Amino acid sequence: MKSPDRPTDLDINRTGIFLSPLDGPATVEAARQSRPTSPGTEQELAELRRQFAEEAHPIGHMPPPLAVRAVLQEFKGLIHGHRYGVLLDKLGERLAFERTGVRLFDALIVKLEAQDTWDGGPTLETLVEFRGDEANHFTLIHEVLVHLGADPTVVTPSADLVGVESLGLLQTIADPRTTLAQSLHAQMIAELVDAAGWDQLCMLAGVVDQQPLAARFRAAHAQEVHHRDTVIAWLNRHAELAALGELKYSA
Amino acid sequence: MSLDLFHERGTPLRRQVFSWKELAPEPISKLDDDAFTRVRLILMHGVEQDACRFKHVLSRGIHPDLRLSLAAIRRVEHHQATLINWMQPADQSLLETTIGYEQTAIEVTAYVARVEPDPYIAQVHRFGLLEDFDHLYRFAALMDRVEGKDANAILQSYTDISPGRATAVEHRAPADDLRRWYDRERAAPLTKIHAALLAGSEYQTRDFYLTVGPTFADPVARQLYAEIASIEEQHVTQYQAISDPDETWLEKWLVHEAMEAYAYWSCVAYERNPRVKAIWERFLDYELEHLRIAREIFEQVEGRDPASVIPTSLPDPLDFVSHRKFVRQVLAREVDLRTSGAEFVPLSAESKASLVYRTHMNRDGSPSEAVAAGYRWAPGTELTSLLIPAASTQLFKRASGA
Repeated sequence: MKSPDRPTDLDINRTGIFLSPLDGPATVEAARQSRPTSPGTEQELAELRRQFAEEAHPIGHMPPPLAVRAVLQEFKGLIHGHRYGVLLDKLGERLAFERTGVRLFDALIVKLEAQDTWDGGPTLETLVEFRGDEANHFTLIHEVLVHLGADPTVVTPSADLVGVESLGLLQTIADPRTTLAQSLHAQMIAELVDAAGWDQLCMLAGVVDQQPLAARFRAAHAQEVHHRDTVIAWLNRHAELAALGELKYSA
Repeated sequence: MSLDLFHERGTPLRRQVFSWKELAPEPISKLDDDAFTRVRLILMHGVEQDACRFKHVLSRGIHPDLRLSLAAIRRVEHHQATLINWMQPADQSLLETTIGYEQTAIEVTAYVARVEPDPYIAQVHRFGLLEDFDHLYRFAALMDRVEGKDANAILQSYTDISPGRATAVEHRAPADDLRRWYDRERAAPLTKIHAALLAGSEYQTRDFYLTVGPTFADPVARQLYAEIASIEEQHVTQYQAISDPDETWLEKWLVHEAMEAYAYWSCVAYERNPRVKAIWERFLDYELEHLRIAREIFEQVEGRDPASVIPTSLPDPLDFVSHRKFVRQVLAREVDLRTSGAEFVPLSAESKASLVYRTHMNRDGSPSEAVAAGYRWAPGTELTSLLIPAASTQLFKRASGA
């Protein structure tokens, strides 16, 4: 964004009604005088949703292990109850999220190069380092899945949903019109989710008696907490500089 | 100011070329641009989609010698449609775009209905208008109650958000959606142009709802899109029925090209965003050349004067302004109109076939009624009813400095 133009500059924004002195009140008056064609409240909609929720089937399921017999022998403890399915679903979720995370940082790096940073903001080196962390986490989960006899290319139900959840993040960061700070706000959501996701994986590995896994996951969790706190600090600093009028226009 | 359809020179077809970068330009701003800029983008994307659709069908049954001419123009029109549609921004959700589609249908149909010289055809347009007006209200309720957003941020107060002819009673048997057609010999040129314009616009809306409807997770949204897409199919049936079936295909092509030039010319007249205006000016020049080629082919193949089919000039552009007053008048007088075959009749005289059809379609409940049960739009969504009642008045006063 090379033009001397910032989203927080005061300019024309036509979305609000109260700056339309003639059309605004007319629209309000038309609605006030109208009569709904059926009685009730939003509860009607809630009732329909409830009916569908009761009748709905899951969005999909977990596949069986690649080599059932080998897995049965090697990971006897994991087969009890739903341990295998739950653990692998969540591993699939983190795998998918980390893979997308690499691409989010790719886009952030481009945005940093095209725009500018600020005092106390991200540097290219830090973004490249964080991208590397995401890639390493992806590799870690990939190795664990193969070790557990699972197909790492499977889209598990939780992996599918985390992809849906991330759509807005990608839309925000990939849009060339958004600033680096606006993009980092989306990345902050990713890091908050990532830190919580790794925390849950650590807990789950303990629950299914996979202590060596839990130890490896804790290291990844620490890195994600560092990402999260760093991104929050960058954004707070940006807001502070912008509010004080000390932000360079290119940032 | 008038548009001379026979003497204005266009851009030669060989120079109507694009690059991929041109086809994916920086979009308009959802927040800052005027709502009518979005309306024009939606309208003209629909017009170009219909131009491509029409020429594909025409190519199937026409002499092979003409296929190249049609393919060459169609390729340009495909890219015109692309560029126009790619002006829509990525931060505009599908539901927000839907609100824009309904605003386009309402404001453009209202203009057409107001100036249409044929009384019966004007009634057809007013009938469709009240139905699209209701769709806007239903989608606004959906946006409010499912996404927690205010549809007026898209509409920018140009268009009222209140019930029209209730969507639940718009479902009719096919025989009750057919209409009488204009007489190609006697109809005013604008009547033909209006028919082509609205048929294309409704077709686009039908296709859009069918495409995006299943992308919604919410079950009520999925049902509502299915329900309203069905009405848009009825509207396409209605609007294409008013064109004279005795027009030759080349006559229809001439009318379509004249309509496209007229619509671009209108966009040029009203556009305030300079970047978008440059697109309208460029494409008006493209259309004038498409029309010249169509005239030439018409003369060669049918041995007739194109001026016997389309006017040599058009007097006034379509106006892109709020038609609030006209819509309210039509709503007050005609909300209870129904149809029996091609005739518009009072509520009590509606065709039995439609009543039977509607009962069947609504037998498991009506999504359009459920989503808007007790719904009354308010600025900032219906949750603002939790605020003090006079808050709106105070804000308007403060904004006006009173």
